[in-house]
Parts: sequence; C-alpha cells; structure tokens
Amino acid sequence: MSEKPEKLIDKKGLRLDGRKIDELRPVKIEVGVLSNADGSAYIEHGKNKILAAVFGPREMHPKHLSLPDRMVLRCRYHMAPFSVQERKSPAPSRREVELSKVIREALEPAVFVEYYPRSGIDIFVEVLQADGGTRCASITAAALAIADAGIPMRDLVVACAAGKIDDKVVLDLMDTEDKVGVADVPVAFMPNLNAVTLLQMDGILTPDEFESAVNLAIEGCKKIYALQKEALKTKYMNTKEEVEE
Amino acid sequence: MSTLVTRVRQRQIGQLIDAGKRLDGRGLGDYREIKVEQGIIERAEGSARVLLGKTEVLVGTKIETGEPFPDTPNEGVQTVNAELVPLASAAFEPGPPDENSIELARIVDRGIRESKAIDTAKLCIEAGKKVFVVFVDVYVLNHDGNLIDASALAAVAALLNTKMPNYEIKDGEVILKAGYTPLPMKSRPITVTLGKIGDKLIVDPWLEEEQIIDARLSIAINDDGNICAIQKGGSGYFTPKQIVEATKIAREKAVELRKKLEW
Amino acid sequence: MPTFFEKKQLVTPGELLAEGDYIAGENTYKEGNKIYASRIGLVDCDNKNVNIVALRAFYVPKIGDIVIGTVVEVGFNGWTVDIESPYTALLRASDVLSRPFKPQNDELSQVLNAGDLIVAKIASYDRAHDPQLTVGEPGLGKITRGQIMKVTPTKIPRVIGRKGSMISMIKQETGCQIILGLNGVILVTGKNLEDEELALLAIRKIEEESHTSGLTDRITQLLKEEKSKREEKKNE
Repeated sequence: MSEKPEKLIDKKGLRLDGRKIDELRPVKIEVGVLSNADGSAYIEHGKNKILAAVFGPREMHPKHLSLPDRMVLRCRYHMAPFSVQERKSPAPSRREVELSKVIREALEPAVFVEYYPRSGIDIFVEVLQADGGTRCASITAAALAIADAGIPMRDLVVACAAGKIDDKVVLDLMDTEDKVGVADVPVAFMPNLNAVTLLQMDGILTPDEFESAVNLAIEGCKKIYALQKEALKTKYMNTKEEVEE
Repeated sequence: MSTLVTRVRQRQIGQLIDAGKRLDGRGLGDYREIKVEQGIIERAEGSARVLLGKTEVLVGTKIETGEPFPDTPNEGVQTVNAELVPLASAAFEPGPPDENSIELARIVDRGIRESKAIDTAKLCIEAGKKVFVVFVDVYVLNHDGNLIDASALAAVAALLNTKMPNYEIKDGEVILKAGYTPLPMKSRPITVTLGKIGDKLIVDPWLEEEQIIDARLSIAINDDGNICAIQKGGSGYFTPKQIVEATKIAREKAVELRKKLEW
Repeated sequence: MPTFFEKKQLVTPGELLAEGDYIAGENTYKEGNKIYASRIGLVDCDNKNVNIVALRAFYVPKIGDIVIGTVVEVGFNGWTVDIESPYTALLRASDVLSRPFKPQNDELSQVLNAGDLIVAKIASYDRAHDPQLTVGEPGLGKITRGQIMKVTPTKIPRVIGRKGSMISMIKQETGCQIILGLNGVILVTGKNLEDEELALLAIRKIEEESHTSGLTDRITQLLKEEKSKREEKKNE
C-alpha cells in the first residue's frame, strides 16, 4: 500500500483530487446498455465503473421462494477480481453479502412489490472498477435499471456518501479519503418523497457532525438525481423529440 | 415460517403503537428487562450472556496468535462471527451463515472496531509478523427480536471479561507464562436499535414488532456520546428528521445500557 | 389545484404530476393529494384523470385477452406456456381435446410439443393463480405458419390504430393476416415471404415512431413506396 497522506485537505481547502469540500466527483450515467437484461444501466462515479442489470418480473426459481402477496427482490452486489489494487477472489465475501442486502433494502421501498405477487426480480450489480463509494454508485445505477425494465416505482433512488476527513465534513469520499478519513456516511435517498432508504456509518462523529454529514449527503443525492433523470430520459428521448416536432 | 404474526395481531400492535403504547406494557422508548452475566464459560478467554426479554445471546472470546494485516502491522486483529443457532428459532436453519447472520456479525464488529474499543496497539507481539487475534463468537440461543442490541452488548461484556495470557518472547517464539492480564480496552460501545412504524419510533422492537416495522436503524454510541456506527435495515425508509430524532434517543439509551456492564 | 406537466411530457418515476382533486390513472399513483409518476412515459390529463402512456412495460394477463405464447413444457395433464409475462400460463389437455382427457391413451406431446406457438385467450387469472388459457374458439390454436415479432405490449394499441385504422390498412396493403397478441407478440401470415416482410417492416416502423402524429399516413406511404420499389426490382 502507498504511504498514507498526512493531510487530506490543503491550506486552500482543496482535497487530494482538487475538489472543494462540498464537491462531487464527475458522474456519468447511461441507461439501457445491455441487450439481454430487461433493464440496465452503467455508471461512472469518479473512478468507479459499475454495471447494473435487472431481470424480471419473472417466475421465481426455486418456486418456494416466491411470496403469495408480493414480488420478491433479489440482489447480488459483486466485485470483479480486477476491480481493486490486489486481486479480489471472485467468491462472494462477507462484505459483498452484506452490501447485497443493504442495497436491496435501499431499493425495495421504491418498488411497488405488492403489484405482482408470486413473482420476482433479480438485480445484478457488477463493480468493474472500485474507487470508494461503490455501494452508492451501485444503488444509483440499479434504480435506473429497475425503471428501464418498466417496473412501477414510487420514486427513483439515488445515493451518495458524505464523511469526515481531517477535521471537516465533506461530500463524496473517494478511495483514499474513505480509508484514511475519520468517518464515512453513505446515504440513499428518494428525492421526491424525502425518504432515506440506506444509511450506514463508520468512524466517529459528534451528533452535530453526523447531522451535517447526512444533510450534505442528501444535497449530493439531489445533484446526482438530476443526472440520473436525464440519463433515463435520454434513452427514451427519441420518442419525445418526435412528439414535439 | 412458524413465527408469522397474524394480521389481527399486526393490526393490534400497530394501533397500540400509534396510541403510544405497546403490547407488553412498555413505553415506545423503553427496553425490555436486561440481564448481563459475565464469565460463564470457563474454557473461553472471556464470555457473557445477555438476556433481553426472552432474547438470549451468548458470546465467547478466544485469543490466538496470528499475522497482522499488512496496512496495520503494529496492531492486533479483531474478528467477529455470528451464529444463528437452529435451536434459537424455527426460522433458523443449519448450514453456512446466511445474509442475516453475516449482517449481524458485521454490525457488532463495526461497533467495536470504529469505537476503537480494543486497544489493538497493545496486542502486537512482533511488528509485521506476530500479533494477538481476538475472536468474538456471537451465539444466538433464543430469538425474540432485536438480536443486534443483545449481541452487541454481549460482545462488549465478553470483551470486558476477557483475560489475555501472560507471555514472554524467546528467540522469536511466544512462551506462555503463568497468570493472566485483562484484555486492554479503551471504550464500551453500545448499540441501540430503533424500529419505525409510520411516523413513530420504537426502541428495542421484539419479534412480533420486528415483523410489522417498516425499517430499523441501529446506532452505536461510544463512551463520549459520539456516534461510531450506523446501519439501516428493512425494506422501508426514514425521513431525515426521524434520523436525527433516532440518534438523540440512542444517545440517551446508551447511557442506560452501559450501566449494565461491569468493568 | 395545479398540474406540473405539459401535455405529452416525458416523465420518470417519482415525478410530481399534480396536486389536488385529480385521479391517478395508468402508471401513476396517489399519496395524500399528490399524484406521482410510477413509470417512464408520456403524461396526459383527461378530465381530471392523469395518465401515463408507458414507454416501457411488460404484459400482465387480463381475462379475455388474446395472446400468443410458446409451449415450454409438456406436463401430465396439460402444457406450460410462456406468454412473455411475469406469470407462465397453463393450457389444460381437456381444453384442447374437447373431451375428457385419458392419461393412458393420450400422448400430449403429439398434440402440442415444447417450442410450438399458440394463439390463445386468457380464460382465468387472479393474483393467487397463474393464468389459464383456452383455445376453444375459432381462430385460436396452434400456429403452423407465418412470422412472429415482439414489441413492448404498450405499443400494441398504436399498431391497432384509432378504431383499427392502422391494422386494417396494413392488412389491406400487404394482403397479410395479422394477429396481435396483447402480450406484445404479433403473428403475420401472408401468401409469401415478401408480403410478410413488408408487414413486419411497417410494424417495426410503428414501434419506433409510435408516438408521432400523422403516423397512419406515413406508414401508408412507406408501404406504397416499398411495394413499388419491389415491383421495379421484379421488372428489371
């Protein structure tokens, strides 16, 4: 591992990658990138490169996993062996099992699961390159894949982290900031319903710092939401332009 | 699953909570009765049993020597594992750990790790080569809801009860000597779990409440009253306002629970 | 009581569409007195009724719908049929044989085998049970010839056109028989391959430009041009 930097914020208030404390990394999103999936999306969030695909709603296999009154969501978050500095074994780690669960639970509040009892959807997330904040970028992409599959949703779900590095609360931690920083607070958010669907934290924060981190993360979510919506509309835009002609 | 709550019961629980009451007579912000017993398994380096109402969790610790992680060559290693033992609930099945037991272990682990509860710097034998590894094994013996708080409390209680063997180093080998010293501890993190039903927050949801809550929020608080770990679970959501309210409740409750620990 | 959209505006799930005394129509939902979008699509308001024409959806069975499905499994007393829906459909042997089914005499795979296509009607379906099909009406049953194409089910009404104008025009221009499965599967049967291809070309064009105005005229023109092009080729 490379040496730990002593300071993560310089005298001018800029971070290692030149960002201001409340600045997001560049985000690029594309919807409908895989032809075999019912819905799909690709996101680049900083150096994170992540693909999400949705299959279904379809019959559950094995059948006894289906529920009589609602649709079942399954989610697999997985990191490619080459996505990190040292090769990651392709077998699912405990971290991946936990993240699969919290990502699923972040998306579930947005889906009208009661509409299609006895059926299921599978959400597959592949992290091709990781750079801190993969769970958040995964949620942003997976929500789009669900919408792209035509599955009815209450809202899109968008996610972003805030945290504390040196002595400041900052937005959207990249890899080094996440590892060396004081705390990390990933948040997933349904922007139109003002609802937090994922909240985790590690590190140490005072109650005030925590509150401002959550608020900052939500501001970040709102900015990414604009890009998310635009990406979804772009795929279906052809139709729209023709209408307006 | 034989633990399913009937709709009538669900409605009853929901209506009571809406009126600020609970089925077992507790207030929305009350824990069930808590009992902590430390040092009950002699073969373990440390142990504790926590009874949270009818929920029962046993934690045992073992200490072995091993290699440090490359990025922390001067620090001992902590590892937490959780078993949802089949005898604890009809819903638990034998087999490899499922996502629920993995999540439970990782929440307990994060509370201890992020609060820096164990003074891992004092567990280094030879930098970069040999350190003490502290194994924390969470054993759920009876599931009546809120396994997270019971397990986190039992884990810290067991660590506070853990004794390290005295040792000396001869020619790079660890030689154990007579006598024990307590495991060096710096903090006693407490995890408080809140359930959300509509616009109400309840502390320490028990099994039947767990099945009707929209979502839960588990918040770990260290000795200074700061927040050191959080995990949201369940398929619902929290509003930003509820999150702030939940952290306030968690800080008050943590003080109360910490009194149950002998240190 | 405001609305927050322009007619035929493209909206995404979660967007606030209207507030107040409105009715949540297709692909929208109501929370309190607010109406939100639940699918990507084009929003419209018709007499207090807020609707979205979804640009992406899947087929949910409805009793009486004509669908086209693929037999995927021959069972003990019937067939499992994939109808491009979250639920697979069942076709009972007794429905096809129109007499009591005798397991000792009847070999079901000789009647319909895996991979066969059928046109069928949804006979029964509810939240607790998979759809059951029937083929006991004229025009239903096994498909023996023609060509199949699949479209998003929400586009089928566009292929039909206003009062069936689009589909009857295509039938007339190409001389093909066309069966529109409401599950988004379309069967085209013509005198020859060329006629069928012409019809498919027209439907594909409708799918691409489904929400434009003056579509019927443009499709008519397209078919006429294509036909004369093909005539010229033949004469060469």
